[in-house]
Amino acid sequence: MTRTTPKEDSMAETVHHTEAQDPTNVTNPEHTSHHIVTPAQYGLVFGTLLILTGVTAAVAFIPLGWANPVVALFIACFKACIVVLFFMHAKYQSRLIKMTIGSGIFMFLSLIVMTLSDYISRSWGLW
Amino acid sequence: MDNTVATEHPHTHETAVHVEHEHIALPQHRHHFETVEQQREAGSFGMWLFLLTEIMFFGGLFFAYLLYRNWYYAAFASASETLSIQIGTANTAILITSGFFMALAVWAAEVRKKKMLVWTLILTTVFGVAFLGFKYDEYHAKWVEHHIPGAHFDIKDFVNPPINPQTHKPIEDPISPDMAQRTQIFFFLYFAMTGMHALHMIIGVGLLFWLIRRAARGDFSAGYVAPIENFGLYWHFVDIIWLFLYPLLYLINRHPMH
Amino acid sequence: MSSTATIVTLPDQATARLPKRNYLNNEDGLLSWLLTGDHKRIAMLYLISITFFFFIGGAFAGLIRLELLTPQPDLVAADTYNKFFTMHGIIMVFLFLVPSVPATIGNFLMPIMVGAKDLAFPKINLLSWYLYVLGGILLMAALVLGGVDTGWTFTTPLSTHYLNTHVITAALAIFVAGFSSIFTGLNFIVTIHRMRCPGMTWFRLPLFVWSNYAASLLMVLGTPVLAITLVLVLLERVFGIGVFDPTKGGDPLLFQHLFWFYSHPAVYIMILPGMGVISETISTFSRKRVFGYTAVAFSSVAIALFGFFVWAHHMFIMGISNYSALVFSLLTMLVAVPSAIKIFNWAFTLQKGSITFETPMLYSFGFMGLFTIGGVTGVFLGSLGMDIHLTETYFIVAHFHFVMVGGMLMAFLAGIHFWWPKMTGRMYPESLSKLAAVTTFIGFILTFMPQFILGYLGMPRRYHAYPPEYQVLNVLSTAGATVLGVGYMLPLLYLGWSLKYGAIAGDNPWQATGLEWQIQSPPLTENFIEIPIMDHEAYDYEWLEQKQKNEVTTVG
Repeated sequence: MTRTTPKEDSMAETVHHTEAQDPTNVTNPEHTSHHIVTPAQYGLVFGTLLILTGVTAAVAFIPLGWANPVVALFIACFKACIVVLFFMHAKYQSRLIKMTIGSGIFMFLSLIVMTLSDYISRSWGLW
Repeated sequence: MDNTVATEHPHTHETAVHVEHEHIALPQHRHHFETVEQQREAGSFGMWLFLLTEIMFFGGLFFAYLLYRNWYYAAFASASETLSIQIGTANTAILITSGFFMALAVWAAEVRKKKMLVWTLILTTVFGVAFLGFKYDEYHAKWVEHHIPGAHFDIKDFVNPPINPQTHKPIEDPISPDMAQRTQIFFFLYFAMTGMHALHMIIGVGLLFWLIRRAARGDFSAGYVAPIENFGLYWHFVDIIWLFLYPLLYLINRHPMH
Repeated sequence: MSSTATIVTLPDQATARLPKRNYLNNEDGLLSWLLTGDHKRIAMLYLISITFFFFIGGAFAGLIRLELLTPQPDLVAADTYNKFFTMHGIIMVFLFLVPSVPATIGNFLMPIMVGAKDLAFPKINLLSWYLYVLGGILLMAALVLGGVDTGWTFTTPLSTHYLNTHVITAALAIFVAGFSSIFTGLNFIVTIHRMRCPGMTWFRLPLFVWSNYAASLLMVLGTPVLAITLVLVLLERVFGIGVFDPTKGGDPLLFQHLFWFYSHPAVYIMILPGMGVISETISTFSRKRVFGYTAVAFSSVAIALFGFFVWAHHMFIMGISNYSALVFSLLTMLVAVPSAIKIFNWAFTLQKGSITFETPMLYSFGFMGLFTIGGVTGVFLGSLGMDIHLTETYFIVAHFHFVMVGGMLMAFLAGIHFWWPKMTGRMYPESLSKLAAVTTFIGFILTFMPQFILGYLGMPRRYHAYPPEYQVLNVLSTAGATVLGVGYMLPLLYLGWSLKYGAIAGDNPWQATGLEWQIQSPPLTENFIEIPIMDHEAYDYEWLEQKQKNEVTTVG
C-alpha cells in the first residue's frame, strides 16, 4: 500500500498530481479553475440589487392582497440568488460547493415545510 | 498527486526537491495539506459548510416568524408600520453597497492590487458600521416609543393610533387590546432576528479590522487570497439574511390607507 | 485457522518496545497538550473528559435507581429527583453520547483511515475540545448552583415560565457544547471530501469513515437548530416574552418542533459512528470483508437523510394534528429500514467467517442483539396506536437505553478496546476485559428488560414514586444497575493499568486491514512518513495475507 514515490517522478510532474499515482484523481477531482469575476460583473449585480430594492419598496405600497408578501419574497430570493452566484462566486465553483448550497437550501425548506404541515393541518381553516 | 515528503525523515521535508511545488515557497501552506490548492479548496468548502449551519440557525427564527405572522397578522401589520421604512430601505442599500465593496476587495486580492484591496476593505467596513449606526437609531426609537417587549411595553399606539395631522384620521386601523399585546411577539422577533443579524455584523466588522491590518501589511497581495475570499462569503451571507429580513419585517402592510 | 482461539498476534514481548518516537512523546509539557493541533492528542483529551462526565452521569443514574428501589418517595424530594434524571439525561446525551465515538475514536482514526496527516482544520479541532470543556464546566456550574429539573428535553412552558432552577446556565452549557459538535462535524466533512490520499476513492473507504461522514452531516445541519431553540428559551426566560407561552399567545409546540428537529437526528448522530465501529470489528473478527459494502455505506447516508424527517414522532400526544402524526409515523417506519439493512449485512458478514471471540467482538455481538431489540421496539413506538399507550412510560426509557446503552455504549467500548493497542501501543488484559464485557451484558439485560414490562404495565417515566405492584421489577432493575456499574468500572481500571503494564501491541495485533494498522502503534505525530497510495479495496484480507508473507518481522 505505501509505495514510495521515486524522486524522479515527483520532479517530472508539472501539475499538482500525477495521473499515474492518482488514477481516480482524488485530491483535485474537479479541476476547478480560478475564474475571476470582473468588477464590471460585480457592478452589474450591484446595480440590479439596488434597483430591485427600490422595486420591493415601491410594490409594498400597492395593495395586492396575498400577492404582496409573495412578490416581496420572490424578489428577495432573486437577489439572494445573484449574490450567491456572483458575489459569492458559486457559479464558478465545483459541483461539491453547488451541492453544499443546494443541500442547505433543501434542509432549510424541509424545516419550514414539515413543521408547517403540522400547523396547517390543525383545526383546518383557522390557520 | 505528487508526494511532498519524498525523504524518510519528516523534519527535512522542507528541503526536499520539487520542481514547481509551491509547498516550500508559500508561508501560508499548512503542513497537513499536500498542496496549497487542496488547502484553498478545503478552506472554502469549510466556510460554505459553516454558512450552512448559519442557514439552519436562522431557520428556526424564520419559522417562528412565519407561524406568528399568520396567527396574529393584524398585530404584525400594525407593528411593522411603526418601523421606519426610510431607514430600512436605506440600510438595505447600505448593506448591498458594503457587499459590493467586499466583492471588489476579493477581486483586488486576486489580481494583487494591494492599495485597492485595503481601500475596498475600508469602504466595506465604513458601510457596515453605517448600517449598524442606523440600526442603533432604530432600536433607540423603539425604546423611546415603549415598543421593547417586556415590562415597559406600551400598547397604546396600537389601540389608539396617533392621528395624521393632515388627514385627521388615524395613521392605521386600531386593533383590540388582545391583539395589541401580540405585537410584543412581533417586536420580540424583530429584536431577535435583527439583533442576531447585527451580532453577526459586529463580529464581521471586528474581523474586517483585522483583515485591513493584515492587508495593509501586504499579507494578501502575493496570491494568498483565502482569508479575504472566505470572509467575503461570510459577509455576503450576512447580507443575504438582511435581504430577507427587510421585506419580512418592514413591508408587511404598507398600503396607503389614511 | 478455526482451531485457533484468537487472532491476536503480538510481537515477542522479550524484545518488543514501544516505538521511540510517537505522538505521545513527540513533545513534552502540559502546554504541548493544551495547545496541540495533533488530532490524536485532541482525541485523547476528549477521551479523558468524556470518561469524566460519563461517570458523573452514571452516578446520577445510580441515584435514580436507588430512589426507585422503593415505591414510596422516601430517598429525596420530588424536585431533587427531577434534578437527578435531568442531569443524567443532559450529561449522558450531550456530554457523553454525542461526542463519544466521533470526538475520540473518530478524531484519532479518521485522518489515518483516509490517509491524511491531520484533519482539515486542526485549530478548529482544538477549539471544538475547548468548547466541549466550557460546556461541561457550565453544566457543572448549573449542578453546583442547585441543578436544573426540566428534564433533558427542556419542555416549555415549564422550562421558560414555571421553574426557578438554573435553566439559563444549563441551556447556555448545551448551546456551547453544541458548537463543539458542529465544528467536529464540519472538520470531518471537509477532511473526507478533500483530504483522501491518492487512490482512496469513496468506495475504498472503511465503513467507519462512511458512518462518521453521515453523522457529521447530521451534526452540521441539525445542531444549529438546537442552538437557536435554546437561544429562544434563554431570551424568553430572561425577558419574559411569550414565544412559547400560551397565555401570551405563544405555542409550546413550536419549541418542541424546533427542539426535536435536532434531537431526533441527534440520536442518529449518536448511533451512526457506533455502527461504523461495529462494521470494523465484525469484519476483523470474522476475517471477512463486510457483506454488501455498498449497501452498508449507502444505508448510513440514508439513515442520516431520513432521520431528518421523523422528529414529530416524539410529539404524537402533544397536540400535533392527526394528519401530521400520520405522515411522521409513516416516515418513522421507513427510517428503520436502513438500520435493519446494516444488521442483515453484519449477520451475513459473520456467515462462513472465521469467528473469534476477542473482547471487541463480544461487545459487537452484544450490540447486534441489544440494538436490534431496541430498534424493533422503536418501530412499535412509531405506530400511533401503540405510542399513545407506551409514550412517557418506562417502555420509552427501556427503548432508548437499549439502543443507546446496549447499542451505542457497547459499540463505544468495542471501539475503545479494538483501537486501544493502536492509540496507546499497549494491549489490555484479555480475560479481565472479557469478564467486563459479559458483566455489562448481564447487568444491562437485568437493568432494562424489566423496564419494558414496567412500561407496558403503565409505569410512567420521570416519577419517583410508583404503585407497590411495580416494586419487584424495579428492584430487579436496580440490581442490574449495580452489576452494570461494576462492568463499567472495570475497563477504567484495567485500561489505566495497561498503559504501564500492558503487553506491547505492535503495529497490527488483530491482523486487520485498514491504513491505521499499517503504521506503528502509537502512531507518529504526522501519521505517515509518506502519504500512502491506496491500491486495494477495503477489507482486502487477501492483500493483507500477501503483504504479511513478504514482511520481515525479525532480524537475522
